[in-house]
Amino acid sequence: MTTRRFLAKITAGFVAATMLAGSFTLPAMAAPKKEFKLAWSIYVGWMPWQYAAEQGIVKKWADKYGIKIDVVQFNDYVESVNQYTAGAFDAVTVTNMDALSIPAAGGVDSTAVIVGDFSNGNDAVILKGKDKLADIKGQKVNLVEFSVSHYLLARALESVKMTEAKDIKVVSTSDADLVAAWSTPDVTAVVTWNPLVAEILKSPDAKKVFDSSQIPGEIIDLAVANSAVLKDNPDFGKALAGIWYETMALMSAKDAAGTAARTAMGKASGSDLAGYEAQLANTRMFFKSDEALAFVRGPEPKATMKKVAGFLFDHGLLGNGAPSAEAVGIAFPDGSIYGDAKNVKFRFTDSFMAAAAEGKL
Amino acid sequence: MRLINRRPDRSLWLILAVLPFLALLIAYAAGSAVRLAENPADKLLPGLTAFADAIDRMALEPDKRTGDILLWVDTGASLTRLVAGIAIAAAGGLLVGMLAGLLPLARAALSPFVTVVSMVPPLAVLPILFIVVGLGEASKITLIVIGVMPGLIRDLMLKIDDLPRQQLIKAQTLGANSWTIAIRVVLPQILPRLMDSIRLNLGPAWLFLISAEAIASESGLGYRIFLVRRYLAMDVILPYVAWITLLCFLMDWGLRAAQSRAFPWFDRARTGQ
Repeated sequence: MTTRRFLAKITAGFVAATMLAGSFTLPAMAAPKKEFKLAWSIYVGWMPWQYAAEQGIVKKWADKYGIKIDVVQFNDYVESVNQYTAGAFDAVTVTNMDALSIPAAGGVDSTAVIVGDFSNGNDAVILKGKDKLADIKGQKVNLVEFSVSHYLLARALESVKMTEAKDIKVVSTSDADLVAAWSTPDVTAVVTWNPLVAEILKSPDAKKVFDSSQIPGEIIDLAVANSAVLKDNPDFGKALAGIWYETMALMSAKDAAGTAARTAMGKASGSDLAGYEAQLANTRMFFKSDEALAFVRGPEPKATMKKVAGFLFDHGLLGNGAPSAEAVGIAFPDGSIYGDAKNVKFRFTDSFMAAAAEGKL
Repeated sequence: MRLINRRPDRSLWLILAVLPFLALLIAYAAGSAVRLAENPADKLLPGLTAFADAIDRMALEPDKRTGDILLWVDTGASLTRLVAGIAIAAAGGLLVGMLAGLLPLARAALSPFVTVVSMVPPLAVLPILFIVVGLGEASKITLIVIGVMPGLIRDLMLKIDDLPRQQLIKAQTLGANSWTIAIRVVLPQILPRLMDSIRLNLGPAWLFLISAEAIASESGLGYRIFLVRRYLAMDVILPYVAWITLLCFLMDWGLRAAQSRAFPWFDRARTGQ
């Protein structure tokens, strides 16, 4: 065998391997299909997905529409959103802010099928030994940078006429280590979410100086699906709505079944019934589809998304060379659009929740 | 001719060496082209122009918010931590390794302890580390030291064991005391091996540095990668990974060069020339 032939063989092998590798990286293709995957991660407002899967509610609704829905838990929230953005999942549980900065800014047109709840105290700014928000001036603030905590901090600073650039210094800290970090002397201010807030507030010198109930309706927990997948497979969206509101009815009931559901969700999130109900108390859950409809059709989402887009743009999170906060278009149920109408990548819709409210699922 | 006797000539060697890199590039370009055709704003496998933009943004233009050039700030912060961590680990490793390797009394006191400590996964004790040394620079440097030093100590002890006993006996016959033997006989033979050991530990040192930066930081290469991962900015992450690889390669190469310059005899003995 001459060197040349030897080389040709090797080259052919590499080309084949390369093409094989390429085929694994295809994005989610839009076409009618039968199997769908939803990624979710542990958070008070997303625990119902797990419970619905366990109780067979997911299977019941999927069977009704002749499809199959896989509910996959991620231990790492950001990874679940990244996987969705990369095309490995058809739907994901995500906040309104991250839905705009990760999939939408990454060109993956996403639709909020379910508006599940908004944080109503679950996210908080906590100071050590100081009880006024204004005392945050000059401090280092530990938080998960670019998360909803960061947004909450920006809104909190706005309320006392301070700015991030001039008055404080952000130290990016992993949520997994925030509680340990709080116990060290050089950490004097944190912004985070529950159950970490509750854990940190147990220490006597921790004072909550601002929380998300002061900006109600701005940190929204959603289930979003790939818009193209949804367009070709509206049954997927209907099944999601069916699953969601059946589970909502179950968990909000005052009877034993409701308590059992909440206990199971509490346990699955590493807490218990009391801990989970304390988190629910700080969450405005839309247990009924008409409550969610009223919210998503109202003026709040528009005002909020404008603030969120501004925050993301200021921090360079709307994509490379985004010329303004309006670079990514956001569509609302009434047909109005914020930002670039030619580049709508994030859509609020009322159609699936309305179908649920009207009993048309 | 048997396969084990087929040696590539110079040009074939070069081609074979380049081939895997080329295959990786082609695989990337193909995957990227497919995804970009589907979605021009794809973040997972961005195209070359996106990299050029990102490098321009990170390495050449001052940041909008801080006015700093981020790549240099990150590189400076990371290298300071890494060099400090490795320097402390090397100095401590040399001292403890020499003591435990040469003095049986010290060995009895240190060797079992170091062996046990070297088995503790450093990342598992991070919360303890935070509480003891705080969240600042000290915790990052300490993590590198804890991660790298026990390995260096154990390696040096083994290397001292490998020294021919006759050398030490001869030195004693010639009247050298323990101190002179340590400084004049053992140290010169151990230093080049310490450099070998550091080279092998560069990878773990980076790993610990990046882990520490991912957990709590304001700057650094690992900090930036984990930060922009939040919005899947592969156009920033991949050049940063390439840059870290290059830095690591240069450090390895620099240590190798310093070693053969400072200890030419060691190099000659190894290559058998």
